[in-house]
Amino acid sequence: MSAVMVDVHGVHKSFGPLEVLRGVDLLVRAGEVTVILGPSGSGKSTLLRTINHLEKVNRGWISIDGELIGYRRSGNKLHELKEKDVLRQRTNIGFVFQNFNLFPHLTVLDNLVEAPVSALRRPRREAEETARRLLDRVGLADKADTYPRQLSGGQQQRVAIARALALEPKVLLFDEPTSALDPELVGEVLDVIKDLAESGTTMIVVTHEIGFAREVADTVVFMDGGVVVEQGPPSAVLDNPRQERTRAFLSKVL
Amino acid sequence: MSSDTITEPVPQLAEAPAELKVVPARHYARWAAGGIVIVLVAQFIHGLATNPVWEWNVFRDYFLSETIVQAVWVTLQLTAYATVLGFLLGTVLAFMRLSRSPVLSTVARTYIWIFRSIPMIVQLVFWFNLSALYEELGVGIPFGPVFWSVDSNALIGTIGAAVIGLTLHQAAYAAEIVRGGVLSVDHGQLEAAAALGIPRLRQIRRIVLPQAMRAILPTAGNEIIGLLKGTSVVYVMSIGELFYQVQVIYGRNGRVIPLLLVATAWYVVLTSLLSVAQYYVERRYARGADRTPPPTPLQRLRRRFVTKEIS
Repeated sequence: MSAVMVDVHGVHKSFGPLEVLRGVDLLVRAGEVTVILGPSGSGKSTLLRTINHLEKVNRGWISIDGELIGYRRSGNKLHELKEKDVLRQRTNIGFVFQNFNLFPHLTVLDNLVEAPVSALRRPRREAEETARRLLDRVGLADKADTYPRQLSGGQQQRVAIARALALEPKVLLFDEPTSALDPELVGEVLDVIKDLAESGTTMIVVTHEIGFAREVADTVVFMDGGVVVEQGPPSAVLDNPRQERTRAFLSKVL
Repeated sequence: MSSDTITEPVPQLAEAPAELKVVPARHYARWAAGGIVIVLVAQFIHGLATNPVWEWNVFRDYFLSETIVQAVWVTLQLTAYATVLGFLLGTVLAFMRLSRSPVLSTVARTYIWIFRSIPMIVQLVFWFNLSALYEELGVGIPFGPVFWSVDSNALIGTIGAAVIGLTLHQAAYAAEIVRGGVLSVDHGQLEAAAALGIPRLRQIRRIVLPQAMRAILPTAGNEIIGLLKGTSVVYVMSIGELFYQVQVIYGRNGRVIPLLLVATAWYVVLTSLLSVAQYYVERRYARGADRTPPPTPLQRLRRRFVTKEIS
């Protein structure tokens, strides 16, 4: 069995009086695809955002490839990292947003080149070469010089995936990557994600696409009410759920 | 007629000939109003041209005279310095006010509050009398010994005092304009930049500010044009800018009206140039915002002529 890549340990997160995560544990091994399912408000997106420290946790800890995220441990104390160090850690974690969040004033190529050049100090020429290769991989080699708003939603999300890959992250996080898309554009984005899965990229995908989960996931995690209710291979969780809540959810979405 | 008969031909048109002639409606009142306004405007222009009070020959003599052109140059310099320095300081203040540090945001808020409260002319006179406030300016340890100092009037001078006054005043307004622009940028943009690990300063310079410019520019254009005309206030410090110089000349020769016209004409010319510049700068920052960028006036003109040639 391969090494642990993402380790989420007893994570709690509250927004004011609202407790969104109530003790979440999650293990993701290198090269595995984990799909998180659950009703809205179950804490899936929040969990994903704590993994790259866009949200600070209130209790528990998260590590990626053995490195604590957002903190440095000495003895029994966790020292908060400075923003600079958190930013450096984030270059190991690719994040794909529901609303793409491409930079509209930069060309597609510049969207992909920006982070490698400014965060990793790669030479621009090298970053451009990588960017063109990645655009080719997501089927958009001819769109390098256009602006994001000139693309369809599906194309924009494929650019966003290429942008996340440009940093060569250890793990890729997808926050409902197809939820903002017209139905006929969902397929092209899922195909790109499938292709990445087959090439052995470690991924955590929050989604509502059950069919995708069944086909691609090594592990399906079902969340509800801020906790992991059930997890296991797709055949177990999706076809023979043991928990009543999982069964109720699946009967609604299938 | 009920709605279920709508597919049947309308009886009136049923036997219409192949082509129907359209007679446009006649707007008699609109034409009358237009005629009256044209007469009034013509009267006014005729008055401008023929009334001897305007003394166009005096206007002609002074408009491009060396003194006036030099005064225009001083006005432009004051505007340029106060714009650049004012917006630099304003941007710093805007980010201080948006900062999570309560000290920084309180200081910025207080600055904006005070400098928006003081009339510019009052502030300018304060700076003009700087040496009464601080006779010497020096560098040293705060509240401790001073290592180097200089007579404040010698260091700053009148023009310097005017630039400082205009800058400090402008910065308070610029801060709010920049802050408004920054707040208009979608929060997801900062999140995406943070998720990509882009360094903080670079996030601001490369991701936030260029997008904020779209919201900043129209208001900033107003401010700069306001500042251009606002420089006329520094006549109280006897600085040889346009309005002061014009006053000096008509104080000497008594030709008040034509010399005021000289100043007016220059302000109109300069404002027009700034407006054109603003159009192009705005167009540049609109890149990526629309699927097709709007044509420049030149392109529009060319297109018109080209289509005419074709037709």
